[in-house]
Amino acid sequence: MTERVALTIVGSGPAGLTAAIYAARAQLAPVVLEGEPSSTSDQPGGQLMLTTDVENYPGFVDAILGPDLMGRMRGQALRFGADLRVARACRAELASSPFSLWLGSHDGPEPDIVADAVILASGARAIPLAVPGEARLLGHGLSTCATCDGFFFRGQEICVVGGGDSAIEEALFLTRFATSVTIIHRRDQLRASRIMQQRAFAHERISFRWNTVVTEILGDESVSGVALTDTVTGATSTLPVTGVFVAIGHEPNTALVKGQVELDEGGYVVTHDGTQTSVEGVFAAGDVQDRTYRQAVTSAGSGCMAAIDAERWLESRAPH
Amino acid sequence: MALQQLTDDTFNEVVGTAETPMLVDFWAEWCGPCKQIAPVLEELAVEQAGRLQVAKLNVDENLKVAQQFSVMSIPTLILFKGGEPVARLVGAKPKGALLQELAGYL
Repeated sequence: MTERVALTIVGSGPAGLTAAIYAARAQLAPVVLEGEPSSTSDQPGGQLMLTTDVENYPGFVDAILGPDLMGRMRGQALRFGADLRVARACRAELASSPFSLWLGSHDGPEPDIVADAVILASGARAIPLAVPGEARLLGHGLSTCATCDGFFFRGQEICVVGGGDSAIEEALFLTRFATSVTIIHRRDQLRASRIMQQRAFAHERISFRWNTVVTEILGDESVSGVALTDTVTGATSTLPVTGVFVAIGHEPNTALVKGQVELDEGGYVVTHDGTQTSVEGVFAAGDVQDRTYRQAVTSAGSGCMAAIDAERWLESRAPH
Repeated sequence: MALQQLTDDTFNEVVGTAETPMLVDFWAEWCGPCKQIAPVLEELAVEQAGRLQVAKLNVDENLKVAQQFSVMSIPTLILFKGGEPVARLVGAKPKGALLQELAGYL
């Protein structure tokens, strides 16, 4: 049966939940589609669910664990009456308001939800390496979740692929377990913030392979190493490791709205005048529309903006 | 419904003598995706009662069994039939996807 609501928020990371807090306080009774269980960043709570210490979210002097921060935001949204649902939007029709959404694997003629306004806050997900061995060795030494699986690599030699904050954070976390962590990066310098770089350079168990890409993950039953190519000299080599963690960046979760809402060449939702998309009544917040900042605090900020924009837009259409 | 907790000491007996296929959830306290699927597994245990039993094994406290089955990522779900592993699912998944992957073994 189709449910009729004023506002649906797709996603439950800092953007989605901040939008939910503001919209709930504005008495819009938002329905939040949180997403479904997953072991990647594409899950309820979003990317922060797979992180450890968040040290740069204002208000937490001594850092807060990513899952704890998301638990608090979730609790705060619930407190004001947001309707949170563990469900994924699988299909959307966004031609004009009201907008139709289908959930889970449902693909019948009648949508599950019809909403006057929609906030897209579906975030971004980690990019896989897309090299041979990756699918076969997932869960057998190749991991998408360092906080889940670091424990299994106690006393072992492992590698992290990537050079941004996510990669460095994972590498530092994994030194709690592994005897050595090699960071494999395709450039000759890190993209990560200065403070993270300094910690990595100073760590005795972290070493670097610069200008290097992984071309294959090796191993029969479990990971035994990675095949590498030097991007400058073209030289190939093998690094023996028993664990591989990949943090080479993210791509926006916009498959749901592709072809209906304007996206840029990277697949990010294009916004104008705050958080408005190319479709009137559809707003976007967080990493799904942000290729520049991608921080928890900027996501939360844009989630707040989207809720205010949606509230004003709904009000402007209401009969007076 | 609280699911049965297996340990290194009880694993062989419980899984070996189970009268229906038994799905074992290898998990740990620090694992966020494990927490997400916990309610899904409890629902499965109720809905599939008589066809499937679901039990949990904390890998932090019971590393022996985890190593015996080469678990290197959690959550890992292993389906046992007559005490033998017949299917293995790595990573948290929604209920529909879990059921689909298990259907052929039940």
